[in-house]
Amino acid sequence: MEKYDVVIIGAGVTGLATAYTLSRYKLKVLVLEKNIDAAFGVTKANSGIVHGGFHYPLTTLKGRLEIEGNQLFSQYHKDLHFPFKRCGIILAAFTEEELLKVKELYERGKKNRVPGIELCSRERILKLEEKLSGNVLGGLYAPEGGVLEPYKYAFALAEISQKNGVKILYEKEVTSGTWKDSSWEISTAEGNIYKSRYVVNAAGLYADKISALFGGEEFSIHPRKGEEYLLDRLSPARPSKVIFPVPTTHSTGGLVIPTCDGTTMVGPTAEVLEDKEEKTTTEINRNNIFALAKNMVPSVSEKDLITAFSGSRPAMEGEDFYIAPSKKVPAFIQAAGIQSPGLTASPAIGKYIGVLLEKEGLTLEEDPSFIPSLPYQKPLWEMTKEEADAMHKKDPAWTNIICRCEKISEGEIVDAIRKGHTTLDGIKLYTRSGMGRCQGGFCSGRILEILARETGKNYASFTKRGDNSFLTAGDLTGEK
Amino acid sequence: MNTLYYDCAVIGAGAAGLCAGAAAAGQNLKTIIIDRESHPGGVLLQCIHNGFGLHYFKEQLTGPEYAEKVTENAVKAGADLLMDSTVIEIKDGGKEKILTIYSGKDGVTLLHAKAVILAMGCRERCRGNLGIPGDRTSGVYTAGAAQKLLNIHGVLPGKTAVIAGSGDIGLIMARRLSWCGVKVKMVTEIMPFPAGLSRNIAQCLEDFSIPLRLSTSLTGIYGKDRVEYVTIAPVIDGKVDHSKEEKIFCDTVLFSVGLIPENELSKACGIKMHPVTNGPVTDSSSMTNIPGIFACGNVLHVHDLVDFVSLEAEKAAENCVKYVRNLHKGKGEDFREDIPVTAEGALRYILPVSCKKGEEASFYMRSSSVLRKARLTVSCKGDILAEKSLSYVKPAEMIAFTLPAEKTGNLPPGSTISFSLIPVNEEEKENENGKRK
Repeated sequence: MEKYDVVIIGAGVTGLATAYTLSRYKLKVLVLEKNIDAAFGVTKANSGIVHGGFHYPLTTLKGRLEIEGNQLFSQYHKDLHFPFKRCGIILAAFTEEELLKVKELYERGKKNRVPGIELCSRERILKLEEKLSGNVLGGLYAPEGGVLEPYKYAFALAEISQKNGVKILYEKEVTSGTWKDSSWEISTAEGNIYKSRYVVNAAGLYADKISALFGGEEFSIHPRKGEEYLLDRLSPARPSKVIFPVPTTHSTGGLVIPTCDGTTMVGPTAEVLEDKEEKTTTEINRNNIFALAKNMVPSVSEKDLITAFSGSRPAMEGEDFYIAPSKKVPAFIQAAGIQSPGLTASPAIGKYIGVLLEKEGLTLEEDPSFIPSLPYQKPLWEMTKEEADAMHKKDPAWTNIICRCEKISEGEIVDAIRKGHTTLDGIKLYTRSGMGRCQGGFCSGRILEILARETGKNYASFTKRGDNSFLTAGDLTGEK
Repeated sequence: MNTLYYDCAVIGAGAAGLCAGAAAAGQNLKTIIIDRESHPGGVLLQCIHNGFGLHYFKEQLTGPEYAEKVTENAVKAGADLLMDSTVIEIKDGGKEKILTIYSGKDGVTLLHAKAVILAMGCRERCRGNLGIPGDRTSGVYTAGAAQKLLNIHGVLPGKTAVIAGSGDIGLIMARRLSWCGVKVKMVTEIMPFPAGLSRNIAQCLEDFSIPLRLSTSLTGIYGKDRVEYVTIAPVIDGKVDHSKEEKIFCDTVLFSVGLIPENELSKACGIKMHPVTNGPVTDSSSMTNIPGIFACGNVLHVHDLVDFVSLEAEKAAENCVKYVRNLHKGKGEDFREDIPVTAEGALRYILPVSCKKGEEASFYMRSSSVLRKARLTVSCKGDILAEKSLSYVKPAEMIAFTLPAEKTGNLPPGSTISFSLIPVNEEEKENENGKRK
């Protein structure tokens, strides 16, 4: 039986930010993830916003962690190089009622000490963001807000943690936890048992189930679905800043987001559901979200749509984050209800869980061999001709373009596979291949070819994202 | 970084690029054809069915055979082929165009060419473009992507399929999948008439008893990991009737819902686009608004037959040869003239959008609706220059028309030629609102 100091359940941003925090210390840490890759749960379908810090009061845990998390991103970005831009956030008001709300949020932002927060007149806000509709009455500007690529951030956290000795196991669904001889015995679906002194429950939508398995607090996670719609990088709607509608009782969601990689995203919706696996997009929500987005940015158009997806926020009663040691069972840290602004708060959440573990008796002794940063590799699409040519001399596969829409090279795809991303979605999230306007129509076959070459497996074994999401039904020779 | 110099650079080694390259090289232009794939032929290589070449080669060929013939022509004519190479930028430097090319073999190459022929072809509209609701499952492909998986990689995309859209590739795939033991449950088409050629409806659906559901919308795709079922609903008066939605169980969905000319390279270098075709606006010499950059084939507008692609490509190459020669004589700039041409009535578009006074001109156009009988009228300020009666006009099939030189020889300056397609009997117009969504 393998023994660990800490087992983290869940390889989303919460679990991985915690793993990264703990990897600085002389600890044996294991992350167990039920999906085939990191970030495949709540993290994957996130809007990728680094929030400005004016939505929640400091009396809430999420309000405090959001402010701290936002600031930590500068350092995390410097060390881990995931795509991140402090492009600024705008809240655009279109009615007198919304203007009042904006003033309220501005006061809150001031109280929260949001750096550079500004109450804007109509003229000022139109100057800040020329894509806004002329019907805007005024708004709020938070220059320190921004955007990031949530899955690349999660992958970077996984990579740096692994470099520092954290073990991450995929396709390991935790089925039970037993407190025995002052430590936890954790079983997974295929019958493995892992022993650990501490457990962190970062299981996202299933944090309620995990808590119950370990005899912890009873609570339930309510999935709140958000649909996102991605527009072509040539869409004229791409703003320079993230544009938020003013949250009122009448409307939710409907942001216009300039993603890090040049596309524009509109969304998310917010819809309370029963089924945690429900991930559909619907025509009604699409129409609503486009209507909301067009109201703010008239150049948003369904014509530029390249894909849609949805994911659920793990909401729970009280709406605040629930990050605390269990009061019912020992050595068990709950990290549940991490919905928006969970991504923004995640660096702070990781650190906060570290503090909680220490309070619970875990010794945090700095590891002198700690590697603080990852080497930076510029993607081909960001390289100049000269840089691309120099890269070619190191590895010719880097100038062999496989995904034509996003200019992703064979070198980058091989790199993704060698880092353990062996599903089509994993490769896509790591490299951006297939994320462009043809949505993998041209490159999927070529990627399968590279996967087969690199892994020695046949096409029939490859999936979109694990489980039964097989991409093909075997080859013509009848071989499965 | 490598540097190459050519008279003519052709981007794309499909039917258009190979035929243009052959024609340009045949006229002694130093010509190079560039393509990202390893083998020349483009999408023809995966079209292993026959039906190609009846007009151009006067014989019935399969896609790979057609590809082989046009490749051979290009090579024999002396064109160089640069495969596994992606053009990532076209820079217009006036009398010289500079192409930036990436390849695994050569790294970065800067290619200087006097003229460029765009022949990048088109891509398929996909589920994402249509915004079809439901789950993001595996088993959803464009018809062409599935065709490549099956015919090039030798892999079956699934076991039971529904094909959304009755475009030709979808119809061909319905037959191809049936041959492989895949159950094709139906082909749905949102319009009241099929998008593909009549011969494909007969040979690929009717012969295999595959139902074609016209005026039917695919309203959703559902499944946990892989596709489990789709929902379809009738379209009545242009509106989807969700109350009549039904579930069709399948593990695969193919989309054959239209093609989009691939013009990201063209747009980035400032080429003007046609709002209907999504291809460049070209004059009668197949030249775009940038002197020295020509376009032909599916990058210009989506064709129904490859034979027309080849003919159009040859013509573009001929004009490209003239342009390069004039350039030598220092006359490259004044190569443009032109009488504007417009599409009226039931015509969705016409190409080219202009022609030269007193010179024979070939036009391609498409109707926006199905017409049993129609008259195509070519006129200028009310004077009829030419007329042609047409029967069984369909949006799926291109209309070709050649305007003889003498028809335009005497037109006064400032004239506009109008092409108009009018149904002969209004009652027989089968579909009033024939515009595709």
